[in-house]
Amino acid sequence: MPFEQLLQYIFSGITSGSIYAIVAIGFNIIYNTTGIINFAQGEFLMLGGMTAISLHSFMPLPLAILAAVIITSAVGALIDFIFIRRLKSPSVLNMVIVTIGLSIMIREIALHVWDEKVRSLPYFTGSEVTSINIMGAYISPQVLWVLGVSGVIVAFLGVFFRFTLTGRSMRACASNITAARLCGINTKNMVTISFMLSAAIGALAGCVISPITQTQYDCGTSLAIKGFTVAILGGLGNSTGAVIGGIIIGLLEAMSISIMPLAYKDAISIAILLIILFARPSGLLGKREAAGLKEF
Amino acid sequence: MSFKKILVVFVCLAFLAVAVSCKKKSGETIKIGAIFAVTGPASFLGAPEAKTAQMIIDEINSSGGVDGKSLELIIKDSTGSPEKAISFAKQLIEENKVFAIIGPSTSGETMKIKAICEDGKTILLSCAAAEDIVNPVAKYVFKTPQKDSYAAEKIFEVMKKKGITTIGVVASNDGFGLAGKKQLETIAPKFGITILIGEVYDKKATDLTGVLTKLKANNVQAVVNWSIVPAQSIVPKNMKQLNMNVPLFQSHGFGNIKYAREAGAAGEGIIFPCGRLLIVDTLPDNHPQKAVLAKYKKNYEGKYGEDVSTFGGHAYDAVMILVEAIKKAGADKEKVRDAIESLKGFAGTGGIFNFSVQDHNGLAIDSFDMLTVKGGKFVKYEDK
Repeated sequence: MPFEQLLQYIFSGITSGSIYAIVAIGFNIIYNTTGIINFAQGEFLMLGGMTAISLHSFMPLPLAILAAVIITSAVGALIDFIFIRRLKSPSVLNMVIVTIGLSIMIREIALHVWDEKVRSLPYFTGSEVTSINIMGAYISPQVLWVLGVSGVIVAFLGVFFRFTLTGRSMRACASNITAARLCGINTKNMVTISFMLSAAIGALAGCVISPITQTQYDCGTSLAIKGFTVAILGGLGNSTGAVIGGIIIGLLEAMSISIMPLAYKDAISIAILLIILFARPSGLLGKREAAGLKEF
Repeated sequence: MSFKKILVVFVCLAFLAVAVSCKKKSGETIKIGAIFAVTGPASFLGAPEAKTAQMIIDEINSSGGVDGKSLELIIKDSTGSPEKAISFAKQLIEENKVFAIIGPSTSGETMKIKAICEDGKTILLSCAAAEDIVNPVAKYVFKTPQKDSYAAEKIFEVMKKKGITTIGVVASNDGFGLAGKKQLETIAPKFGITILIGEVYDKKATDLTGVLTKLKANNVQAVVNWSIVPAQSIVPKNMKQLNMNVPLFQSHGFGNIKYAREAGAAGEGIIFPCGRLLIVDTLPDNHPQKAVLAKYKKNYEGKYGEDVSTFGGHAYDAVMILVEAIKKAGADKEKVRDAIESLKGFAGTGGIFNFSVQDHNGLAIDSFDMLTVKGGKFVKYEDK
């Protein structure tokens, strides 16, 4: 295979991989606080993208995205106040079921607020036809945006969870909720913050990928499934792992396309995921000891 | 009275109200069922179809109905799922006892309920494109969109004129895409065209640069994308991002200006076969379809404030053909079926329908024109 072609496949892999990665990051925050998987994460993406698209007709793009992130974050807080906080027995299973219900509900509400049509934000730099030539292969500038934003989010989360009091309190909640409470951490508020943060990051991701993937009321689910796979591969709770996992899956898919029919793409990525999980059940960067402590 | 008792009374009252309102309606009305993918991945087909069907039925009812009876439209949202289409078809036939069914929107759904309508002796006027729907002919099943084999032939005619001989085909992994891909593969040799690569993609695909890289590596002279899903705007964008400068042909599924807008600058120059609804302004006044097309476009855009699409047109044709047949034969299922089968020279939005015992589609290849995107608008494609 000539070098340009190989590079082109790699770029294509990075394009889809960057989308998987930025979706996967969102799963980690709520997981890090509550130990649950938020199945409505994909809907946060859709909500962020849709809100930004609607607002973009009134205001410039950066402002619309900012507003969309804030609004979605508020929705995240509202969801926690109404549904999660009031759970009489907030076991992992109960909360997971609630998020599944929420994802269906948000999707249906979005269908009524907007409609069934496909929309998208404009490309942040250039347009639909812009592409950057790197050593004979081409890539859309929007992919670089997605990668850049993922990098910034990962760095921010790393600092937040390691060095701020709030971040460390949130991690404490996930490790042992009773112990955290005994230490004087308001666990309920931490869960609220995690929902807000995760909604905000989901919304930002939804905006950045919107020019590539296009946004529709039901686009969240399929994105979330891939993102979830990637989050497990990278090691749940580990944002750097999510990015690495995303790029790996993306590259594997692109390489599989070069030698096999496209239809086998998903089968191959899932097969590889299974192999990795047999060898390393805690994911690529997940710690075995830490995973042992979690309920889920 | 306890709260529970009050609740029970209310529930009973509610049931009674529903029962009464149902009773009042039956008798003087003709019930027409409709199964459309109003929401879900095929919603850009089903939503305009449902709006169109409702609009025409309202128009007909306000001008006195058909044959002295008013029409009642029961729309079911299948969300594009064949399983739901099956249960709705059974419900419409067995419970609602409808006179005829309009829809479904997609080929996959239609194929699943073809036998159900045949067994239930209920006329089905499908708004889906695949040729398998009317080939082999089923007694009660008709369809209004043009056949996909005609679309494939039209595309190959243009390719031949352009001197294109090797192409790549991508199609969505659903009824429409797979049926189209099969037609392309069958017809290509007749035009001396070789399909180097034929691939199917998931209908929810968000990025197709991988498979297009494969096409590019094989130096195809043109790409055909056959689908009805949003990937129709993703393929042109991805092609430009890969710096692929070969012509892109799409199917008649592209007949919705929203997709061209989504593709933006990347959508310029896409060539696709389509009915004449989208270029009605450029048709000469004496064209037999002009009056029908102009009226439908004006009414639809006036009522709903959105651009008309060929898919809504398919529903328009289906309802109007049924109404025309009821006018001729009265409200008798068997007679109406015969009337549809013998309908000739009926000008609809998709073309001039000439049904026969062998042909339950009734459209000829000239019902397609080749269109292209120029300046964000659909215009007639001219050979250079």
